[in-house]
Amino acid sequence: MSGHFRDPRAEPAWLRWTLCALALGFLALFLAVPVAAVFAQAFSKGWQVYAAAIREPMALAAVKLTVIVAAIVVPLNTAFGLAAAWAVARFRFRGKQLLVTLIDLPFSVSPVVAGMLFVLLFGAQGLLGPWLTERGVRILFALPGIVLATLFVTLPFVARQLIPLMESQGAAEEEAALTLGASGWKTFLWVTLPKIRWALLYGLILTNARAMGEFGAVSVVSGHIRGRTNTIPLHVEILYNEYQFAAAFAVASLLTLLALVTLAAQAGLARRLRDG
Amino acid sequence: MTGRAERGALPGFGLSLGVTLLYLALLVLVPLATVVLRTASLPLERIWELATSARALASYRLTFGAAALAAAINLVFGVLVAWVLERYRFPGRRVVDALVDLPFALPTAVAGIALAAVYAPNGWIGRWLEPLGVKIAYTPLGVVVALTFIGLPFVVRTVQPVLADLDPALEEAAATLGAGRLATLRRVVLPELAPAAATGFVLALARGLGEYGSVIFIAGNLPMKSEITALLIMVRLEEYDYAGATAIALVFLAASFLLLLTLNRLARGSRPGAAR
Repeated sequence: MSGHFRDPRAEPAWLRWTLCALALGFLALFLAVPVAAVFAQAFSKGWQVYAAAIREPMALAAVKLTVIVAAIVVPLNTAFGLAAAWAVARFRFRGKQLLVTLIDLPFSVSPVVAGMLFVLLFGAQGLLGPWLTERGVRILFALPGIVLATLFVTLPFVARQLIPLMESQGAAEEEAALTLGASGWKTFLWVTLPKIRWALLYGLILTNARAMGEFGAVSVVSGHIRGRTNTIPLHVEILYNEYQFAAAFAVASLLTLLALVTLAAQAGLARRLRDG
Repeated sequence: MTGRAERGALPGFGLSLGVTLLYLALLVLVPLATVVLRTASLPLERIWELATSARALASYRLTFGAAALAAAINLVFGVLVAWVLERYRFPGRRVVDALVDLPFALPTAVAGIALAAVYAPNGWIGRWLEPLGVKIAYTPLGVVVALTFIGLPFVVRTVQPVLADLDPALEEAAATLGAGRLATLRRVVLPELAPAAATGFVLALARGLGEYGSVIFIAGNLPMKSEITALLIMVRLEEYDYAGATAIALVFLAASFLLLLTLNRLARGSRPGAAR
């Protein structure tokens, strides 16, 4: 006993091993096994079936639509996030707490309800639907509806990353730049942006992952028109429901790869954010 | 120019707040207002009747029950995983830590088909449970499994930072005063983690209630038996029964609102400075 000191915060070895085994077993069961299953099922019928499923015209159309949606949604929500963070983190005004709650709101709305909001607005019996149909404008079951639903669902991500960071950083450097005669835009570009670039990138990556993978909200507004309004997740659903399992998992493996790349980027960025 | 610097105010208040408000109004407020309008156009008894039909009530029981059970599982294992990741060093810890966020990054449809494949009677895990008489896929238990997956990161991510900031002196003092390691963990460490764990529990519960994509592939989706509320809304929308969908969505919105209030109360209770 007297020969070696024991860390009073260390558990006995048997307890340490048990806790580790339980925790890792749980994660293996719920995280690792399903991911491994995606790839195993995707290649269950061999490379040819995998390659054919991905090169099929309907799959390519889904990939194209998903990329278009993300290319519209990510810049718009990034611009919104920057504007919102600048207003919330740099100024005091009445109703700020309410505004922040409103920005967070899409997170607490079920994706299906999010999609429903746009159906109520633009559907055949919706508020604006008939008026728009008369004028030949199609929102629902078309690209605009998918973009709107995706914008709604991913709205908070960038703002949420930037607001706490900019609040903690304060405005001293911006004020110094302005005092030295820099214009407002120059200050934003050369002083603020470099300070928040990693958090901005982090928010951007999260927005992109969710935009490409959103299922519930897009499912409500898309109409599932093959080759026209099917995003990658909807294409996976259709293949799966048609019992084309190997093809469904082959296309799903693309989204799984995207998720794994997103996680790796997140982990790398989190380290940079911690280190400043 | 000098006037602005003397006031100490930064430029861009009007622009950034204006852009933020306009964006929120178009994407969030107008769609939400249509729900209010749609609700106001219906007699109250009709809404009540639609929201409390036998099929809707069965879906609430399943959804709320499964979400609560899944959040409880995540409460226990989330604290455990957070503890193991923060306190123990083992090879691959960083990878495991990054992997915890997988349910946020993986599109829900992919998670759904992967879990269904793994837990189906002939799947990697279902195969071992089948002889024991346990059926997971296509039963209410499947809903619990999917919601456990979806809610997995919340408790881990709320508890981890508290654990990292926990003053080592607390545990050392307990040990010095003669408490065994298990007693210290139960009486000293766990109470410190409780508020964060409760926050994670509520977040997981809120996410689980609205979840759609990961559940529908594994649930079986039989009305009255294994049909979740989000799916019922989807079914009503596909029948162009907007009133029915709205009435059920109102129950969802009320539940999210209550959970948000609970979260605010939890945040106030655990504000640093109150305890330390």
